[in-house]
Amino acid sequence: MRRLLIGALFALLALPALAIGVDEPLPDPALEARAREIAKGLRCLVCQNQSIEDSNAPLAADLRRIVRERVSAGDDEAAVQAYLVERYGEWVLLRPPFEPATWALWLGPFVILAAGAGLILLRRRRPAAAEPAAPLSAEERARLDALLLRDEDAP
Amino acid sequence: MARTRFLVAALPLAIVIGLGGIFYGRLGKNPSELPSALIGKPVPAFTLPGLDPQGPGLADADLRAGSVTVVNVFASWCAPCRIEHPLLTALAKVPGLRVVGIAYKDKVEATVKFLDELGNPFALVGADVSGRVAIDWGVYGVPETYLVTKSGEIAWKHVGPLTEDVIRGQMLPLAEKLMK
Repeated sequence: MRRLLIGALFALLALPALAIGVDEPLPDPALEARAREIAKGLRCLVCQNQSIEDSNAPLAADLRRIVRERVSAGDDEAAVQAYLVERYGEWVLLRPPFEPATWALWLGPFVILAAGAGLILLRRRRPAAAEPAAPLSAEERARLDALLLRDEDAP
Repeated sequence: MARTRFLVAALPLAIVIGLGGIFYGRLGKNPSELPSALIGKPVPAFTLPGLDPQGPGLADADLRAGSVTVVNVFASWCAPCRIEHPLLTALAKVPGLRVVGIAYKDKVEATVKFLDELGNPFALVGADVSGRVAIDWGVYGVPETYLVTKSGEIAWKHVGPLTEDVIRGQMLPLAEKLMK
């Protein structure tokens, strides 16, 4: 009985999964696969960190339908993306494009990594080259002589 | 040598100050608010039926008709739309400014009931039952409000309910400029 209840609970937990993929798929499986692939790269504007393929939001469903429409009209991925970027801006792309405004984003980690590696190498290659000592001033020389003399005098 | 050492010591400080500047710049902004891709562009081509099958709807031609227009995307099921409604009513009284509405993914009867209940500030209302036209406008949630120039160009967009601050601080000054 208890098992049954727990089982039922888990089944209930899985219910939201049914909400995904309720859209009508395209009759051509190749086109459907392409539409899904494209949808995976598009951001759901409501939930923001999910793709429209993963999201339950009604807007995501609308956008999936639009992607399917465009794909069956013969659009390739770039054309579908362009269509949505025109409306929502580049933010709709989950992979930001490589362009001047995003150079820091794409290259930043590599630049920082290279800088760190360079710094470590630089320090390794020069094992603390001892700085040449400054010559003693007259005062220091006199003090040193006095100390040395005292040492010699000692029994 | 002493110079390199100074540089190495100054680097973390410079990075902290730099990052601090970037983060400070982002303070107080809503990161989930999207900049509109449509600012400065003509309104998308669209034709929507009205609430009354015989009456006028809303089309892009209406927005090029020579007056500065506030386009409010709303729905009867949207709570913030209720909250901002009195402000739209006030905006509709501003001379020279026209307020029109797009009813987003709403049953026509529900929209009619909503406007009967709260009053109808809109000169024209288009019923976007499927939500398709709103997507052409780049809408991703209701309410959203646009300011359209006399020649039908999108000049400004606000996501979320209008507030007095937004209207006084941003919308009206811009609208006045556009009305000249």
